[in-house]
Amino acid sequence: MTAIVLFMAGIAAIAGWWLSQQRLAAKPWLEEGVVGDFPGGSSMSLPAAKIGLGVFLAVVGSLFALFISAYSMRMQLIDWRSLPVPGLVWFNTGVLIVSSGALQWAQVSAHRGDSENVLTGLLASGVSAVVFLIGQLLVWQQLNTGGYFLAANPANAFFYLITSVHGLHLLGGLVALSRTIVKAWRGVEISRLRLSVELCTMYWHFLLLVWLILLALLTGWADDFVTICRQLLT
Amino acid sequence: MVDVPSDVLAGIPPAEVGEVDLYHPRSWWTRYVFSQDAKVIAVQYAITAMAIGMVALVLSWLMRLQLGFPGTFSFIDPSQYLQFITMHGMIMVIYLLTALFLGGFGNYLIPLMVGARDMVFPYANMLSYWIYLLAVLVLVATFFVPGGPTGAGWTLYPPQAILSGSPGQEAGIIMMLLSLILFIIGFTMGGLNYVVTVLQGRTRGMTLMRLPLTVWGIFTATVMALLAFPALFVASVMMLFDRLLGTSFFMPTLVEMGQLGKYGGGSPLLFQHLFWFFGHPEVYIVALPAFGIVSDLISTHARKNIFGYRMMVWAIVGIGAMSFVVWAHHMYVSGMNPKFGFFFATTTLIIAIPTAIKVYNWILTLWRGDIHLTIPMLFALAFIITFVNGGLTGLFLGNVVVDVPLSDTMFVVAHFHMVMGVAPIMVVFGAIYHWYPKVTGRMLNETLGRFHFWVTFLGAYAIFFPMHYLGLLGVPRRYHDIGGTAFVPASAHDLNAFMSIAALIVGFAQLVFVFNMIWSLFKGKEAGGNPWNATTLEWQTPQTPPAHGNWGKELPVVYRWAYDYSVPGAARDFIPQNEPPASLTPKGAHP
Repeated sequence: MTAIVLFMAGIAAIAGWWLSQQRLAAKPWLEEGVVGDFPGGSSMSLPAAKIGLGVFLAVVGSLFALFISAYSMRMQLIDWRSLPVPGLVWFNTGVLIVSSGALQWAQVSAHRGDSENVLTGLLASGVSAVVFLIGQLLVWQQLNTGGYFLAANPANAFFYLITSVHGLHLLGGLVALSRTIVKAWRGVEISRLRLSVELCTMYWHFLLLVWLILLALLTGWADDFVTICRQLLT
Repeated sequence: MVDVPSDVLAGIPPAEVGEVDLYHPRSWWTRYVFSQDAKVIAVQYAITAMAIGMVALVLSWLMRLQLGFPGTFSFIDPSQYLQFITMHGMIMVIYLLTALFLGGFGNYLIPLMVGARDMVFPYANMLSYWIYLLAVLVLVATFFVPGGPTGAGWTLYPPQAILSGSPGQEAGIIMMLLSLILFIIGFTMGGLNYVVTVLQGRTRGMTLMRLPLTVWGIFTATVMALLAFPALFVASVMMLFDRLLGTSFFMPTLVEMGQLGKYGGGSPLLFQHLFWFFGHPEVYIVALPAFGIVSDLISTHARKNIFGYRMMVWAIVGIGAMSFVVWAHHMYVSGMNPKFGFFFATTTLIIAIPTAIKVYNWILTLWRGDIHLTIPMLFALAFIITFVNGGLTGLFLGNVVVDVPLSDTMFVVAHFHMVMGVAPIMVVFGAIYHWYPKVTGRMLNETLGRFHFWVTFLGAYAIFFPMHYLGLLGVPRRYHDIGGTAFVPASAHDLNAFMSIAALIVGFAQLVFVFNMIWSLFKGKEAGGNPWNATTLEWQTPQTPPAHGNWGKELPVVYRWAYDYSVPGAARDFIPQNEPPASLTPKGAHP
């Protein structure tokens, strides 16, 4: 459960930092009066959708941290046989990075007010995300033909489970992205598009980060890393 | 709205009336059924939760009949008994209490108490309810599938949950897990709303430290639930894989019905970690809203400001954070490393400190208050008594050496029913008597209410107080029939019969309550806008029940905290949060 406890500690640190800005030591029974008299503690000025996405990412983060915890606990048992990671996974990772990069480009273009590049960026990102998903399915197929069936070993089961959960999250993101693309296609004013593009970009970068962490886990790098850290500490 | 000279408001940002684009219903369907109004959604959540709660109540009757009069009721066989236990626990903890506190009270009170027009994402809020309803329907459907609902216990421990021989192994467990997954998805949609509305939707002047403790409790519990429910989600998905696809995440190698099973090498302990990583915060997900609501009930009905408001807020936040590092105290008998046991016993006992602070503050709020023994106040007092009782036995069970012998006895059943069954339900009732006038515009009937209170409170004690004694005798839990066990004296059987009769009577009193709610809807006394003379914003709405959008043209402006009761020198014994200070009120104006 180390991964999830560390994740929660991170969340607690963020929450603690935020709460420390909120004058929790104020004495509200003495502070009668209009708003301006007492600084701090008022509502956030960020758009609700952005805060909502931030909170949602914390939830998704906790979900993946729990999968990672379960993975690392289960892998310590004797029947664990790691499976080889097909080369295609590296290609897929590259495609996902491209997808994220394209969205970043769309976001920069949106801030510049360049609506044509926004649409191109969004489309490029959407296409590469779809390519990533197809690539992941091909990886499954390769593993399956290689005899690495889902139920044959917990390592296989975790591989299929974790990649499918990640893929489903990306699929959900694609719904939001395609709505943004439709808006951009119809020529909605760029100022009204900006928030949607920003939200998609935030989500995509997050899923890329999660994927890189999962990749380190599935390829065994995370394990090596932990071993090195342990040796350094002892 | 109160008249405020315009120059006073000059430095304040505009009321931002159009900040939330309200969806305006066009037909009866979108107004009352597929409504995006948080208040309608709240009522939908509450009615659904109470309806499924009645099912769980009937299940507890059946269990008590079997325990009190073993052998008399031939239609309750051991498998069914286990199914009743499982469904009773699961429904009460998740589908009733969590849904009612967060989905019901959260939806109704958060926007009104923070001075918002609605939740920030009304559409997701509506979806949240419908997914919850679907989860409930899937749950109910398990009663009618072949093999019936799962009988694995509400903790659904593998391996027995999915082995043949466990009741409901065929379809019941699968649908149970699916229902939980749906519930979590639905809750996440609602939960995002509650959190973001508190963070971003507060009206002008509503600083965090001016929030009523109800909002603090629901807010913190929602944050916890958002972070803890994924653990149940992960556990459910993985168990579903084990059951349906033959993986061995949790399933060890074992011989089943004389044959070596298809599973191998999995870790049941892993499930327990995941389950309790959700399961322990869940206790506080139910408790924190109750803590918050009861603080407001006590303050309002004792006409006194809450004692130690800041400490109350810190305690809520502290309990919320601490509750994530105590989960393994549910696993003392699982064979885990004894050093872990020591660590988790320590954190468990530490969490008692902020909890005790809250209890002291409630009592000190009552001290020399102008106590009105209204029905909400009676329930609040009953909560304090029950909660202290359950909390103290929690201190027993938090210690490894005491827990190990008591672990599988009725003592544990008595403990958790006191602390997270009866105590939060007392708050639920108190809160319903308190806010029903705002929701419907009518008061609940007083006589029926007092009858309901006394029967429920005394009856619940009659059920659960003797149960501690049974536990100390060593009477095991989860047994269909303890039979002629040597160490259980005949008097214990008589006690069991007494508790069962008490349970039937308490259950009957709930029917009176349901009748009262329906009857008062049509015949109850007109309540007016603020029958309890309370300070918080929900009582200051222009209409009662509040209209869609909650406030009139302009959002309220908040000038003070939520607990200005019996302020020396004030004309009335309460000052609403949106009443400007005397220095700002022009002469001759109200009040």
